[in-house]
Amino acid sequence: MKLIKAIQTRRGAQLKLNGAAEKALSTAPPSSTFALNPDDFFGLTPKLSVKEGDTVKKGSPLFFDKKNPEIIVVSPIAGSVEQIHRGPKRKIESIIIKASSNQGVIKWTIDEEKRDSNYLKKMLLQGGLWPFIQQRPYGIIANPADTPKAIFVSTFPTSPLAIDYDFTLQYDQEDFQNGIDILNNLVDTPINLGVSKSSPGFFEKIQHVNHYSISGPHPAGNVSLHIQEISPINSGDRIWTVNPEDVVNIGRFFKTGEFSGQRTIAVCGNGIRQPKYFVTSLGVELAPLLENVGLVHENVRIINGDILTGNKVSVKGHLGYFNTLVTVIPEGNHYRMLGWLPFKDNGILSLSNTSFSRLFGRKGFDVDTNLNGEERAMVVTGEMEKVFPFDIYPMQLLKACLVENIEKMEALGIYEVVPEDFGLIDYANTSKIESQEIIRKGIELMIKEVG
Amino acid sequence: MKALRNKLDQLRKPFEKGQKLEKFAPAFGAFETFLFVPNHTTKKGAHIRDAVDLKRTMVTVIIALLPALLYGIYNTGYQYYIQTGSPFTFLDAFIHGAWKVFPMIIVSYVVGLSIEFGFAVYRGHEVNEGYLVTGLLIPMIMPIDIPLWMVGISTAFAVLIAKEAFGGTGMNILNPALTARAFAFFAYPTYMSGNKVWVSEASTVDGISGETILGNLAAGNEVSYSFMDMFQGAIPGSIAETSALWVGVGALILILTGIGSWRIMVGGILGAALMGLLFNLWGANTLMSFSWINHLVVGGFAFGIVFMATDPVTAAQTNKGKWIYGILVGIFCIIIRVFNPAYPEGVMLAILLMNVFAPTIDHYVVNGNIKKRQKRWAIAQNLKTA
Repeated sequence: MKLIKAIQTRRGAQLKLNGAAEKALSTAPPSSTFALNPDDFFGLTPKLSVKEGDTVKKGSPLFFDKKNPEIIVVSPIAGSVEQIHRGPKRKIESIIIKASSNQGVIKWTIDEEKRDSNYLKKMLLQGGLWPFIQQRPYGIIANPADTPKAIFVSTFPTSPLAIDYDFTLQYDQEDFQNGIDILNNLVDTPINLGVSKSSPGFFEKIQHVNHYSISGPHPAGNVSLHIQEISPINSGDRIWTVNPEDVVNIGRFFKTGEFSGQRTIAVCGNGIRQPKYFVTSLGVELAPLLENVGLVHENVRIINGDILTGNKVSVKGHLGYFNTLVTVIPEGNHYRMLGWLPFKDNGILSLSNTSFSRLFGRKGFDVDTNLNGEERAMVVTGEMEKVFPFDIYPMQLLKACLVENIEKMEALGIYEVVPEDFGLIDYANTSKIESQEIIRKGIELMIKEVG
Repeated sequence: MKALRNKLDQLRKPFEKGQKLEKFAPAFGAFETFLFVPNHTTKKGAHIRDAVDLKRTMVTVIIALLPALLYGIYNTGYQYYIQTGSPFTFLDAFIHGAWKVFPMIIVSYVVGLSIEFGFAVYRGHEVNEGYLVTGLLIPMIMPIDIPLWMVGISTAFAVLIAKEAFGGTGMNILNPALTARAFAFFAYPTYMSGNKVWVSEASTVDGISGETILGNLAAGNEVSYSFMDMFQGAIPGSIAETSALWVGVGALILILTGIGSWRIMVGGILGAALMGLLFNLWGANTLMSFSWINHLVVGGFAFGIVFMATDPVTAAQTNKGKWIYGILVGIFCIIIRVFNPAYPEGVMLAILLMNVFAPTIDHYVVNGNIKKRQKRWAIAQNLKTA
């Protein structure tokens, strides 16, 4: 394995949490419904292709993007549209599919000879795999009309309790290589494949890629950082990113002609009795999975994704489109007497030196959702930089977003980040600022004003 | 604990939404959250949060202030007894000081917190904890015999003009505690300088001469204190500024907990030492030839650089900016001391001056980052067109 770059960070933090999943793949219990949630696709305005009661095949379009109707999102399962949930202003919140096996699959014939980008793009769009390809800046679905400067695939997530792709994709190596080869035709330079420096696993044997290694604490694994180090985004640049399991899905699609929405997920966190890995599909119902692993009690928060960046779902919810984790932790709606005293309550994981929590070298912490304080004005300086390895001034960028100063946001590097890069800042900052929310609104503004 | 919690839940009822005392909810909340960290959970963004919050941060600063405060209280009595020549014990000195200092602290807190609570209720936001530190700092940097009403007026001026007029906590340009002192300094100069204000009862009891070292030097006199006296702080001066030793203990607490910026402190000491050294080489008058190392331990320099210059809101906010800011505070402090006999102590004005310039420093530091990015874009643009 020849490396084009060894990315190493010092700024950041690896949060040691309890509740990591045991490394054994379990088959997921059968799920009777699947759901797709248009909110999972940042920046997409959904227009429905189906109505309640329609029957759908696996791979049938469910909705498409109003601004770019070529981009469709397809059903991961055969069945019928049971319900379309709408929120305020008739916003589509989720589309629920009731699974039934007798509806069949849409099967495309793939011309193995054709490998030009136009043909591949057409197949990816028709097959409903295009949404797997994300674009930077902004972290939205890529525009098929673009040719990106580079494509990044990172196989080393560093977020708390993150899955190990070398383990979850161990049986999918061939499809992964296949997917890489397909994606290589969409871009002029080889795919940039990020691997863990200490344990690259089977990814070091993948061909036709530029390998780079990653080491350091979270957010070392975030693609934004890799892009900054290898191919920084300039005004007008487009860079695409694909998650490793979606590379597998793409590779499999070109082998079988069928949509593949495989998700190998970890259901983990200290709200779970027996954290486990499951092989399942995107949009799967969470209740049977949660029943299988067991909740410690009723008063828990279920999170689609990791603990820093995921979305809260109800126990009746479904797995998100891009999530490889379902994290469950107890809710923290309890009072803590005199909790503001320094060095009190050292059982709460803290990066601050006003707590002894890190001194005793504990293996892992139980966490809950208590805010541990109240939101305040931004007072303390320098703490955000400690967990933010980017060449960006985080507090200044946040303030520029708050006052909606587009020029300043551009100059300070809004193109180079996505909300999840601010996950640790959310966690660590003294004033309990909702930085991811601020950045998300800032990016929405940029999309609207600059495009 | 459970009983107390239940009692609080019961007391809170009239302050809840839609109830008659709803407007005063911030005031009630301020007291409630001092007993219990609230049961609020994360709503958006990261689902877990650090144990640190602004209360904990501010309380840490107060803990760091305590050694200097306690020594200051003792030194107040010590200076009084040593000058009057009457025999005394440690406890006598401490009690004498406490009788003087505690009323000032109470006045400062009552006046300042009333205004803060008023604004919180008026603007409908939570009471910010910043005043807990400001309110303790104000008496600590005043001369011991300043009348209580002056403490009150200075405090009101500082909170209203230096803080709330700019939008409250996190928005102010000038350090509120220093603004209080500057206000008193310019409004009531006879109570804030000269040789009758620095030792307890100096103006009423004959025979007490309460000149500070820097005041002596500015008047062209020799200094009779040893370095150890100055370092320990057994010298006349504002209440808690005199002891470099105990201020140093506070500095250590701030640095180890990561609450105070070591960059500003180290930068300030470097700047002051450098400037002092240069003046030593020049040596045109007594103040210039006053050893640079003594400059670091006399007057309010140590206190100012550790507790006032490091106020995160009014200091530079970028790491590079903090170095520049700290060094400049040090340099200006010594320049003002040496060149301006009307202000024997320069640290207050040096910090206020740099408070004003801190945003400019940050602007240039952040601009460096912006320029770098724009240069990269320009290069990329050229490559594309070429």
